[in-house]
Amino acid sequence: MTTNHALLEIGLEEMPSRFIDDAKQQLKERTIDWLNSLRIPFEDIESYGTPRRLAVLVKDVAEKQPDIEEEVKGPSKKIAVDDDGNWTKAAIGFTKGQGKSVDDLYLKEIKGLEYLFVNKYIAGKKTAELLSGWKEIVLGLQFPKNMRWGDLNVRYIRPIRWVTALYGNEVIPLEIAGIVASDQTYGHRFLGKRISLKNPLAYKDALLQQFVVVDSSEREHMIVDGIKELEHNKGWTIPIDQNLLNEVTNLVEYPTVFSGGFSEEFLSVPEEALVTSMKEHQRYFPVRSKKGELLPYFVGIRNGNKEHLDVVAKGNEKVLRARLSDAQFFYQEDQKQSIEKNMEKLNRVVFQEELGTVHDKMKRVVRLTEQLAQHLNVKEETKENARRAAAISKFDLVTNMVNEFTDLQGIMGEKYALLFGENVTTAKAINEHYMPRNAHDSLPETTEGAIVSIADKLDTIIGCLSIGIVPTGSQDPHGLRRQAIGILQILKQQKWNISVEALVEASLSIYQQLGIANREKQEIRKDSYEFFYMRAVYIMREDGIDPDVAKAVLYNGIGHFAFALEKAYVLMDKRQDKTFKSTQEALVRVLNITSEVLDREVDPELFENTFEKNLFQSFTNLLEPYEAALSSFHATRALEALAMMEEPIHQFFDHTMVMADDHKVKENRLSLLSCIAKRIYQFADLTKIEWKQQF
Amino acid sequence: MNIQEMILTLQKHWSDQNCILMQAYDVEKGAGTMSPMTLLRSLGPEPWNVAYVEPSRRPADGRYGQNPNRLYQHHQFQVIMKPSPHNIQDLYLDSLAALGIDPLKHDIRFVEDNWENPTLGAAGLGWEVWLDGMEITQFTYFQQIGGLEAKPVAVELTYGIERLASYIQDKENVFDLEWTTDVTVGDIFYQPEYEHSTYTFEESNEAMLFDLFSKYEKEAQKTMEKGLVFPAYDYVLKCSHTFNLLDAKGVISVTERTGYIARVRTLAREIAKRYVEERERLGFPMLKQEVSES
Repeated sequence: MTTNHALLEIGLEEMPSRFIDDAKQQLKERTIDWLNSLRIPFEDIESYGTPRRLAVLVKDVAEKQPDIEEEVKGPSKKIAVDDDGNWTKAAIGFTKGQGKSVDDLYLKEIKGLEYLFVNKYIAGKKTAELLSGWKEIVLGLQFPKNMRWGDLNVRYIRPIRWVTALYGNEVIPLEIAGIVASDQTYGHRFLGKRISLKNPLAYKDALLQQFVVVDSSEREHMIVDGIKELEHNKGWTIPIDQNLLNEVTNLVEYPTVFSGGFSEEFLSVPEEALVTSMKEHQRYFPVRSKKGELLPYFVGIRNGNKEHLDVVAKGNEKVLRARLSDAQFFYQEDQKQSIEKNMEKLNRVVFQEELGTVHDKMKRVVRLTEQLAQHLNVKEETKENARRAAAISKFDLVTNMVNEFTDLQGIMGEKYALLFGENVTTAKAINEHYMPRNAHDSLPETTEGAIVSIADKLDTIIGCLSIGIVPTGSQDPHGLRRQAIGILQILKQQKWNISVEALVEASLSIYQQLGIANREKQEIRKDSYEFFYMRAVYIMREDGIDPDVAKAVLYNGIGHFAFALEKAYVLMDKRQDKTFKSTQEALVRVLNITSEVLDREVDPELFENTFEKNLFQSFTNLLEPYEAALSSFHATRALEALAMMEEPIHQFFDHTMVMADDHKVKENRLSLLSCIAKRIYQFADLTKIEWKQQF
Repeated sequence: MNIQEMILTLQKHWSDQNCILMQAYDVEKGAGTMSPMTLLRSLGPEPWNVAYVEPSRRPADGRYGQNPNRLYQHHQFQVIMKPSPHNIQDLYLDSLAALGIDPLKHDIRFVEDNWENPTLGAAGLGWEVWLDGMEITQFTYFQQIGGLEAKPVAVELTYGIERLASYIQDKENVFDLEWTTDVTVGDIFYQPEYEHSTYTFEESNEAMLFDLFSKYEKEAQKTMEKGLVFPAYDYVLKCSHTFNLLDAKGVISVTERTGYIARVRTLAREIAKRYVEERERLGFPMLKQEVSES
């Protein structure tokens, strides 16, 4: 079959870098789907993207659709043939409609009924005539943000300025947003010129000559190679941040790496601010020594070649100098303030309309912090540090530095707290109370930081739930889910003896006292439990715990989260362990027969057989070691204690009729089982587990 | 090239593109966008091409003339073309060349920056233009103004005059920039910078400003109801500047802040609507050529 290559390039005003990769992918996939739906065979397809163009090259596209023979179904025989066996009007109409005669008709049975059929031959159309439809693919691309321009009604990512469309060496006749396609494309905005493409295959090379590297992975290589070369020549270490690399790759058509420097005096400004200035504001890669210290240099990527690179570097140095002077100025100005003055300003900063100012929030967090410290029975000094950290936790929010570099909240808080004479632990706790900031962030190291972090997040979650701000779907503007996960991760790490329910209750009662909630306490409590429950299951799943096991250990709430996790780990292990099969069956037997789970009076006088007596004895023996294991949060030992009843339980069930005729005897037996069930449930609801022991 | 020459060059360049050369508008404002020559004229179907220098007051940015980069008042060179021409990027780059900026010697980039001014119910998509890493121009395709859809779309170019000059003249401190031969920005603006900062942060009469805000707001409302959009809009600008003074003084709490912005926005939206209605009543006079042709 004869084939030709096909090329489509859309020239645009600079697209936002973050949308380019996705747009490129869409163009490719949609083109594939479209060609398939047209039944046009092709060999290979590749798409390209730079800030100024999206392109797709399809190799060896067949010159026409294959011809096809199609079977067309007509009316049923009942309607098509009259009583005399002649074709009816319906049959003749059908054949005419298909451009056929009655001689071409044949019958076929479908589900017991006969129908008329004709075979229709459809000649494949020429690809060249179909390719104009590419226009719809281009206009159908989905972008997160569209715009209009000029006096057109088109909405697109950015204005379309040219369209290059070739099939073989012929221009495909199409018009997009008022632009007629041609064989012309444009090179680099400054280094290249307009060129004619005679052959789609020449696309990449022709543009390379015009200083456009259309393949983003090639641009990325050029950048990485340039960075490596600088590292080698200058003895630097230049950590490559993948997000930044992706961004700069899609900000240029022809990358050239350059370096510049700044005055060493700026190194006295906190490193985080310098790095943010370089990376976020200027898209530079910061430079470090082999030992990892920040050096007064940066690496930038120019959209162009090596000519006059010194001028470019000098210009960039000037910009960075202005930015760093600002940072230095902010740093110095902030130091002229005091924690007290900043706290005053926080009286005017609203945290959330109904939940009051940031100052109000801190007051609530102090109360929670005190209660938590009290409950955990920490040292007086720890308590005092935590209280102080909570009381001033947000003071850096009104500093110039945090105003300018919002990512530095907490980090600047720690630094300024030290400068203002707070002790090291308090200062550190201020920074740590934001932790974990995201899924990959570390957890607070200090007890003080962990306490304040939990208090702060808890206050936000319960506050929002109290006024009806409940995350739905992708909507979670206050990051409540992330914060609940943060609390649970800290509880998991610290293994503190406090239940999630008690935490919720503490915050709830503060809000109740302040009269802030606009919903029923009972409802808020229910929502809060459910909210934390979902996050607990999530964390457990991340830790490799199956949902049924998570359900079993969380059946009565989360409680002590670290212990719940321990129990879950043990059960995950035991569910596969064949030596545990008999134990599990014994325990589940008890749970299955009991409807009440409470301590009822058991009267040994009413026992009728030894098995009852043995079971009761076994239960009595169990109590002390079991409760010791529970109170020391030792999951393995607790389960071992329960397992001691295995044999007596089996014996009991094998030889005793629980539902005895004598009411008193029956009730006594149920009482005994109920006492045992209560102990098992304290561990987990084992009936929720799908046991998977293999034999 | 001194600032005066820069302005002359830009005026010549955009005048050659058939832009009407206007002068700065005589009511205080925070940005060139707020001039009625941009904000109102960008609305509606009539073509509109204009260029002007706009002194822009940002009270909160006052630094007593002590900061090398921040000013109570800076200058913007503003260009509006409606509908946006297809070669607007080239026209813009030509203007840089006219200022002596050879793109082959520099790194000029269009970096995504979507602009939004909630006070004016205005939003647009576009870029900040980087010259060797420095933002020198805001380049925006208006999508919405005063809450109305911009149709056809006007493109707005806002050159930061001092920024650009600091690059062209290679100066670190804005006050060292040469305005014209032997006259620096410092010579002209140091004293007003110092005095405006002192006034804004220390001396302004808050009670009077609060009072003025309410009075301006009422007058805007009343004037607008009479269908007098331009005078009404002047009072909106006065509201806006008065608000900026109060905000810089730190006497507006965050909650109140939202309220004040909402009040200005409501007025601006209403005026935008009335402006288009008023132009329509007049038969969109600047469209008349096209109308007679059709």
